[in-house]
Amino acid sequence: MSESHSNPTASPIVSVRDLRVTFTGGKKPVEAVNGVDLSVARGESVALIGESGSGKSVTLRSLLRLHPERRTRIDGRIDIAGHDVLALGSKALADYRGKVASMIFQEPLLALDPVYTVGAQIVESIRRHEAISKEDARKRALELFERVRIPSPERRLDAYPHEMSGGMRQRAMIALALACKPQVLLADEPTTALDATVQIQILLLLRELQRELGLAILFVTHDMGAAVEVADRFAVMYGGRIVEEGPTREVIRNPRHPYTLALMQARADGAMTKGARLASIPGSPPDLANLPVGCAFAERCAYAQPACLQTRPEAVAISPSHQVRCLRTDATVGAMDRNHDTAPDTLSPALAD
Amino acid sequence: MSTAITAPAAVAANTPYERSAGFWTGVLRKLARDPVAIGAAIVLLLLVAMALFAPLLTPHDPYQASMLKRLKPIGFENYLLGTDELGRDMLSRLMVGARLSLFMGITPVLIAFVIGSGIGILAGYAGGLVNTLIMRTIDVLYAFPSVLLAIALSGALGAGIGNALLSLTIVFIPPIARVAESVTTQVRSRDYVEAARASGAEAFTIVRVHVLGNVLGPIFVYSTSLIAVSMILASGLSFLGLGVKPPEPEWGLMLNTLRTAIYTQPWVAALPGLMIFITSISFNLLSDSLRSAMDVKN
Amino acid sequence: MSIGISVEHIGADPHGDRGGPAQPLLTVKKLVKHFDLKKSFLETLNGGGKVVRAVDGVDFKVLKGETLGVVGESGCGKSTTARLLMHLIEPSAGEIVFNGETVGSPALPLREYRRQVQMVFQDSYSSLNPRLTIQDSIAFGPQVHGVPKREALTRARDLLARVGLEPSRFAERYPHELSGGQRQRVNIARALASEPRLVILDEAVSALDKSVEAQVLNLLMDLKDEFGLTYIFISHDLHVVRYISDRVMVMYLGKVAETGPAEALFERPLHPYTRALLSSMPSMDPDHRTEEAPLAGDPPNPIDPPPGCRFHTRCPHAEAVCAQQVPSLESENGREAACLIHEPGSGHSDARAAIYAA
Repeated sequence: MSESHSNPTASPIVSVRDLRVTFTGGKKPVEAVNGVDLSVARGESVALIGESGSGKSVTLRSLLRLHPERRTRIDGRIDIAGHDVLALGSKALADYRGKVASMIFQEPLLALDPVYTVGAQIVESIRRHEAISKEDARKRALELFERVRIPSPERRLDAYPHEMSGGMRQRAMIALALACKPQVLLADEPTTALDATVQIQILLLLRELQRELGLAILFVTHDMGAAVEVADRFAVMYGGRIVEEGPTREVIRNPRHPYTLALMQARADGAMTKGARLASIPGSPPDLANLPVGCAFAERCAYAQPACLQTRPEAVAISPSHQVRCLRTDATVGAMDRNHDTAPDTLSPALAD
Repeated sequence: MSTAITAPAAVAANTPYERSAGFWTGVLRKLARDPVAIGAAIVLLLLVAMALFAPLLTPHDPYQASMLKRLKPIGFENYLLGTDELGRDMLSRLMVGARLSLFMGITPVLIAFVIGSGIGILAGYAGGLVNTLIMRTIDVLYAFPSVLLAIALSGALGAGIGNALLSLTIVFIPPIARVAESVTTQVRSRDYVEAARASGAEAFTIVRVHVLGNVLGPIFVYSTSLIAVSMILASGLSFLGLGVKPPEPEWGLMLNTLRTAIYTQPWVAALPGLMIFITSISFNLLSDSLRSAMDVKN
Repeated sequence: MSIGISVEHIGADPHGDRGGPAQPLLTVKKLVKHFDLKKSFLETLNGGGKVVRAVDGVDFKVLKGETLGVVGESGCGKSTTARLLMHLIEPSAGEIVFNGETVGSPALPLREYRRQVQMVFQDSYSSLNPRLTIQDSIAFGPQVHGVPKREALTRARDLLARVGLEPSRFAERYPHELSGGQRQRVNIARALASEPRLVILDEAVSALDKSVEAQVLNLLMDLKDEFGLTYIFISHDLHVVRYISDRVMVMYLGKVAETGPAEALFERPLHPYTRALLSSMPSMDPDHRTEEAPLAGDPPNPIDPPPGCRFHTRCPHAEAVCAQQVPSLESENGREAACLIHEPGSGHSDARAAIYAA
């Protein structure tokens, strides 16, 4: 595969600097995202990987400013294709959404309007952003349906969302997202609700669109396997921060953050010996309303030392494109290659469940 | 995982248990933090206390008429709230009237709560044909507007407190049963009910342990909101001469007899209505607060 | 009754096991479940209306002490099968034989069967009564079967300790105060409380985060050894099924496509659908990403399943005969596949000629 995508600094189309998102609606403020730096180059696809509560979806939604304004505090800077997203007025924001960056969701049935045909929704979306006749807009919609490989597209344009199967709906939603020729596609767990044989079709479609339309894709998922199929680069999130970031190959083959490492080893396909115990991560993810002062992963981490509880680690460069936020990167060298059978069943010295 | 194998039960049994507050304790605690709930509860408590101790508190005899002192304004001599069309002390009559009015508001709802919940839970848990039979019958009753139904039933049964109570109870059974049925149907499809069925428990045991606790709360909240309706309907029946008979003081009846005085002493004439309003809004606010306090997730 | 008495005399196995290790613990014969779609008034009159063929003639066995993995896509009937096995819904046809006795027969009444077979659901929150403490939820099952309350509570606390939740911290908590992984541990403890022999795990780890999933899988493996359990493990996650199962059953549109030992099935799938399903798994190798999707389109709707072999509409090897003839589940060397290619004399060009034809 080409290496052209692996240099994120060459004119990033998405640039996020020190993003902090705090939800203030509840009793205690919840620091869902605290200090995320991320860039995506033109035509590059980046996977944002993490568990529930890691802040991956919150980060993604911030890029379109989808959070309720009254109950959310967003600090930092988001630049997408020359737009200072956090400074956009409401008119400019409406123009920006869909035209510069658009989003696809996990459950298309909830994201598509049930009372209009899919074709009508695409036509409406095109005409909202461009002065174009209904007929031309419909022609564009038809092309889009062909583009996302919907069979008998002419007929399907007049279908309502509930009349389509799950995979078809997801394709229709991608078509809708591409209606105004955005440069950035944001995907929030787009294949999680799909069956295995359908998931791979959608992943391949995303890859194809990235290549042929030069789309930049930011792909949020909890599924490493799906991410490998699509992403040029990985960004692994934990406790509202990106803990490891680098080219897919490097992160998969040589994960250096203990969390990424543990995730890789906890995969059921990691321990191929039948009956061998899975290396599990003890405890549960941190409470975002009550984040520790130090590294958020420290209390579940096999490599944790007292210093880890004191400071939030800064990014350490493993290679020019591979960064890890951990104080113990010296200890994780080559850890992925060590024999699973000798890996301790319990990774942590103390379980705080 | 390291804790998985440890902690033998003998040791565990001796250590003191970390106890979570029970569900109702939690609800009470949340209510205690809600100023609206506290306010409404205080008002209702005062009203109940006033009703209970009315005979001790009344400054005048509520039945003592006086042709000389008819329709006096608020603050006349020692009549704090004026007098009615027969010269009786309004304050005393309002206090004593609270007894019948609250009784007529609460009793039918309470009886309907018991009967309606029973019917609704039966229909919801049994499902199928039983459900269809019960709910379609309920729908027939539900098709009549509640005011009309109450008037028609009272009219057919004849005037009097007992018949008014009976007709109001009948009016409230269908809506309560409907709510009970829909809540029960929801709970029945939860996995924990499935799990209980899978463990071989009898339907009765499942309803007792797993259904009742989860449905009675919402039904109760809904029922409390009906108390206000019941008071207003009861007042309406009295107003039409179908409920309480004069000279018995009751707010609805008082509103009726004072309506002729609306132009001469509008403030005095409005007093019974004000009492009905205050009571019903307090019940409504309290049931709203109760609803949000019972939501486990916040 | 004489059988019951004689078994008690043998009495070595507290579970009253019969037939020894060779006899399957559970045998399912021709299990069918059709759901009626909402009918219009006219259709009710003339007896028409469509049915969803959720489970349409399923046969399988579960051996003592094994883990049978069940995989398939949405609409394949795997969850309906689980609910049929628990008798949470009534089968339209078919027979379930447990420990040598037909379920629901006088020898094995439903109530006794339900003590011996338990289920863990996917949604850890919805499967616990929000108004009951954890220990009351766990103790409910044994109490139903006549265990006194004190004893049931003691058992509940022992089980809590066993699944890794310290009783003194958790026994009197309510479900909403626990994390998803902790709640699923409680559900497992609840399933074990009535001392079952067979536990059906219906997507039991699917809703958990990966890091927590591994903990729960380890726990399930430990408990299986310790209590001598048999599992039916239903999941859409092929990696997990391969890891945990001894044998695997693949379902497609209400029918069994293939069964076989896990390793053999994953290494050398017989049914074209199994092959497609396996190659749909993301590769996890950035240098060898999947280049082509093995199947096009979505699984068809079980309301109107295709005639003949249900998979023929998407199968790369389909021939005309596949649309007419329903393949039977052919067994060979402990493996079974319902595909005309593996059915001698079926008329499919790749099938062997019928050697034993009469």
